[in-house]
Amino acid sequence: MCSLSRAVITEFVFLCLSPEALVINDPDFQHEDLNFLSRSQRYEQAIRKSSLMVMKLREYGIADPEEIYWFKRTCLGNFIEPFGLHFSMFHKTIETQTTDAQKKKWLPLVRGVKIIGTYAQTEMGHGTHLRGLETTATYDPATQEFILNSPTVTSIKWWPGGLGKTSNHAIVLAQLYTQGQCKGLHAFIVPIRQLGTHEPLPGITVGDIGPKFGYDEMDNGYLKMDNFRIPRENMLMKYAQVEPDGTYVKPVSDKLTYGTMVFIRSLIVGDSARSLSRACTIAIRYSAVRHQSELKPGAPEPQILDYQTQQYKLFPLLATAYAFHFVGAYIKDTYHRISGDIHDGDLSELPELHALTAGLKAFTSWTANAGIEECRMACGGHGYSRCSGIPDIYVTFTPSCTYEGENTVMMLQTARFLVKSYNQVSSGQRVTGMVSYLNDLSRQRIQPQHVAGRTEAVRINDPVSLVEAYKARAARLVEAAAKNLQAELNHRKSKEDAWNRTSVDLVRASEAHCHYVIVKLFTAKLSEISNAAVCAVLTELCLLYALYGISRNAGDFLQAGILTDTQITQVNQRVKELLAVIRPNAVALVDSFDFHDVHLGSVLGRYDGNVYENMFEWAKKSPLNKTESVSLFHQSKQNCKSCHSGLY
Amino acid sequence: MCSLSRAVITEFVFLCLSPEALVINDPDFQHEDLNFLSRSQRYEQAIRKSSLMVMKLREYGIADPEEIYWFKRTCLGNFIEPFGLHFSMFHKTIETQTTDAQKKKWLPLVRGVKIIGTYAQTEMGHGTHLRGLETTATYDPATQEFILNSPTVTSIKWWPGGLGKTSNHAIVLAQLYTQGQCKGLHAFIVPIRQLGTHEPLPGITVGDIGPKFGYDEMDNGYLKMDNFRIPRENMLMKYAQVEPDGTYVKPVSDKLTYGTMVFIRSLIVGDSARSLSRACTIAIRYSAVRHQSELKPGAPEPQILDYQTQQYKLFPLLATAYAFHFVGAYIKDTYHRISGDIHDGDLSELPELHALTAGLKAFTSWTANAGIEECRMACGGHGYSRCSGIPDIYVTFTPSCTYEGENTVMMLQTARFLVKSYNQVSSGQRVTGMVSYLNDLSRQRIQPQHVAGRTEAVRINDPVSLVEAYKARAARLVEAAAKNLQAELNHRKSKEDAWNRTSVDLVRASEAHCHYVIVKLFTAKLSEISNAAVCAVLTELCLLYALYGISRNAGDFLQAGILTDTQITQVNQRVKELLAVIRPNAVALVDSFDFHDVHLGSVLGRYDGNVYENMFEWAKKSPLNKTEVRKPYLVGLNDLWSPVGYF
Repeated sequence: MCSLSRAVITEFVFLCLSPEALVINDPDFQHEDLNFLSRSQRYEQAIRKSSLMVMKLREYGIADPEEIYWFKRTCLGNFIEPFGLHFSMFHKTIETQTTDAQKKKWLPLVRGVKIIGTYAQTEMGHGTHLRGLETTATYDPATQEFILNSPTVTSIKWWPGGLGKTSNHAIVLAQLYTQGQCKGLHAFIVPIRQLGTHEPLPGITVGDIGPKFGYDEMDNGYLKMDNFRIPRENMLMKYAQVEPDGTYVKPVSDKLTYGTMVFIRSLIVGDSARSLSRACTIAIRYSAVRHQSELKPGAPEPQILDYQTQQYKLFPLLATAYAFHFVGAYIKDTYHRISGDIHDGDLSELPELHALTAGLKAFTSWTANAGIEECRMACGGHGYSRCSGIPDIYVTFTPSCTYEGENTVMMLQTARFLVKSYNQVSSGQRVTGMVSYLNDLSRQRIQPQHVAGRTEAVRINDPVSLVEAYKARAARLVEAAAKNLQAELNHRKSKEDAWNRTSVDLVRASEAHCHYVIVKLFTAKLSEISNAAVCAVLTELCLLYALYGISRNAGDFLQAGILTDTQITQVNQRVKELLAVIRPNAVALVDSFDFHDVHLGSVLGRYDGNVYENMFEWAKKSPLNKTESVSLFHQSKQNCKSCHSGLY
Repeated sequence: MCSLSRAVITEFVFLCLSPEALVINDPDFQHEDLNFLSRSQRYEQAIRKSSLMVMKLREYGIADPEEIYWFKRTCLGNFIEPFGLHFSMFHKTIETQTTDAQKKKWLPLVRGVKIIGTYAQTEMGHGTHLRGLETTATYDPATQEFILNSPTVTSIKWWPGGLGKTSNHAIVLAQLYTQGQCKGLHAFIVPIRQLGTHEPLPGITVGDIGPKFGYDEMDNGYLKMDNFRIPRENMLMKYAQVEPDGTYVKPVSDKLTYGTMVFIRSLIVGDSARSLSRACTIAIRYSAVRHQSELKPGAPEPQILDYQTQQYKLFPLLATAYAFHFVGAYIKDTYHRISGDIHDGDLSELPELHALTAGLKAFTSWTANAGIEECRMACGGHGYSRCSGIPDIYVTFTPSCTYEGENTVMMLQTARFLVKSYNQVSSGQRVTGMVSYLNDLSRQRIQPQHVAGRTEAVRINDPVSLVEAYKARAARLVEAAAKNLQAELNHRKSKEDAWNRTSVDLVRASEAHCHYVIVKLFTAKLSEISNAAVCAVLTELCLLYALYGISRNAGDFLQAGILTDTQITQVNQRVKELLAVIRPNAVALVDSFDFHDVHLGSVLGRYDGNVYENMFEWAKKSPLNKTEVRKPYLVGLNDLWSPVGYF
């Protein structure tokens, strides 16, 4: 049971050195602790840092949007910037959805930051369901202008990042009306503030939506438009067009947006891995520093990481973080591979990747979300201090469960694909890819056996065999959901009603499918690791991930006859054994994530373990400590003296 | 399927009108939204409100610590006050642990708020494990003083509320050294700031520990003492004493602190119920206001509360909130009943209540903690805005999982009692109370059957039968944990090692025990409700609570043979049916919690449902909207952006 070094794991598992080295020692990026600043101060700091970052990107020659994204996330920690949407959605949309003439006009302004823009889609009353958006853009052929309106309170644009105070332009999604007809959602470039004075334009009401759980640095905004006119040419016209006389020209195809969604959701899977890794790093390092209670009377207090209950909280999360890293890398690679095909016009693999990414986005973000808080609470009282860094990780990460597709909606998207695939199999077709296990269902149905009643027993110490177990569980839950859906359809008229009344089952099926995919990808990764010692440790983590999942979902595996009662007992026992096996390598495994102290932003998670002295130094900087006597306190105390005498 | 009115449920279930009526319309308690203030401003507001509250307590004649607690929690919403520990722990400790002479000196100062105090126990390096505290109080007979020291960084007192800036005194827990010997932890009254100037005294380093996840209003503090001397009389001497020459006199008994812990933990169970109820109120009301997507093409967007997935998120939590209310009331009643016995010297029921309360504190606070966040996320994007009120509920509630006994430690305390009871049964004794189901285990062992292999099948629509199912699960998991513990003991020498290596199983056993107790108490409550319609709705909630728990822990019930595969499928189906059955009464069920808008503090959860207009009004007040132009931004823009593009 040797303890591996961090460098070995980093080298053989992540196969690269972190790009953090680029800016880690750059004095420009040293900054004071944002926790001590007010929200307005944090906003101002972020603006400053954004400007710096752009200069650095130029200096290092980083230009690709994906590289920019990784640079920001990995090199700048959880850096949130009000300009964020200018460089991503605003720039990208103008680049991809405009005509050549529009490009010529707008791109220099965007690239030269003569204007600053954001992307305004969601409204106060409407999020996920795009068709429900209420903002209107009515074409007036007399002046060749669009008249933009927010006809109701619920139609006010709400949430876009950088909209409140930073941007002077926005791409606005609105229902297009021309020649008396609604043509659906289209995008328009809308100036919202006067260049130079930065005052809102007449007809525009714009501002910050107020404090949030996190994202203090971001001026998420609202935008209300009252008969605000923009030239016809401000509609993004690469696909659909409105001619000067108001004639609407339909777009050829809109399937390409699929690809962008897959890309963004794959980034969120990566975020889930990274955010959970950060929290695990803090909690596991601190658990090796913190001593508490006694295991043996009279002996020194042990490290809390030696408590089985602490290991049981943290090591499955550590295994999960590794699993999600591999899943994120897989989706990214698959996306890039398929992207090539898409450019050649081959969209055949896109639906499955799209469906899979939706579910994995939800699965990984939900798991990481709960896991980060588990890590915080595993740090005891100090986890609650902002100096632990985990509250920040949590409030920054948790919106991932909602944005870019609310998680339950995502799970149901995956379910739709699973049911479709199941129905294809039922009607005699074969399906391919990650859902190909559904092909086996029809074969099994011929026999009078239980769906998953397999002759071959699961070997609980063999990851490959556990992949089969997860596969059988997914198959069973997809089939159960599909059958329940059919039963509802047989009883009712409406397809939508039946879908709604089965949606709990459908989500469970999607979760089981995603869980299978993750175990499968983790297991597949093992064979790629050439260093035997690293491979052994990773195999233990993979086993822990798979067995812990079985233990927590034992009902599914029992009910389908995939595992026996006795095997479940063995699984529970084996999970406890694995905790002890992983213990000696736990700290090296989190060190391998290679987060530098400055980006981890945690006193508890310091690499040198010098927690307590630094916690004291940190606390001394609290703004409340700037004065010894609080004047208002004295006033109140006077009040109290008078009000208190003889109270009790 | 009639929809009940809120008043009917409130009257028949909670049996009382909320005390909120007392201050709800009091203009003094109207306050601006704290979300728009900086931490320093929030602290100042809290000091102001504390002073007001004390006047109100006097006005209404509220003096009992428990009543004060409820007044603060229920009437003032999630009000956090820097003076909090002065009125609770500081006052109570001085009242109960001092001699008559000490009382005479200190009580008038405390009651008249001539001094402001807090209770300093935890240290930077030490929390749950009290014996590990490092602060020392060394008696010097020459001057008849104690010399207080924080000998290491880890020994710095850390976290006590109101310690940082507000208090000028603290009760400090320290290891007592006299005549060269350590006599263990004792409590001392320590002045820390100069009366008048409020400057820290020489030898005292004191301050705020910095920003936290929540509790912005509270100056949780640190305290470092360097050879700080206090008179001998500042040791709390009701039980143990140090005589002028340094002779230590042992205390008679220290079992009484048990009672206080039970009391405080029972309050946390009530907090779990209340905090989860608040989050449910917001999420369920908002889900009735929010419309989204389409169930039927062309039809108007339905309320999101009509989506089964939304119901599946929220209704089990609603049922849980009701369950926890009943559990909280049960513990409170039992505590008061037993308290009488304790005064009469009968401590026989205390160990079980103590063990049960520890586990229930952990079970309810963990569940409520996760549930509050589930409610927030069920509100979609707007849940993330501070205007939803849920972030505040969460950050204020979540420390409950850690303070007054870290939850895992609590679960293991309960487990210790369960294992002890199991061993008693194994050795032929009978046990009583909530663990009496363990008596059945020995009977079953005689037969060659499976432990829980019962002849009588579980009826999934009968709460009483479900209580039996939960009982069987608890029995099985307690037995499994006890056997695993024994197996470890057989393999190893050390008792502590064996305990540690079984602790995951022990926690599971405790959870199952608590879950059983909750289902049992919820079911028992049903028969007490006299209104038939209300009883019917509550029965649905109780069934949902019990069946949802089975569905989520199906493995336990299957493995023990308590339910069959087919029954589990039926349970899953029945849970979905119950969601639809509860839907018409869902809003009335949260309205019955009777939180007024001003205390709910949520734009999304407004009683009138007028969410969107008010969200817009709220946002306009954001401090960032005070100016149209952010100067630093424009400066940055002009200085830093070259006209040449980078991409």
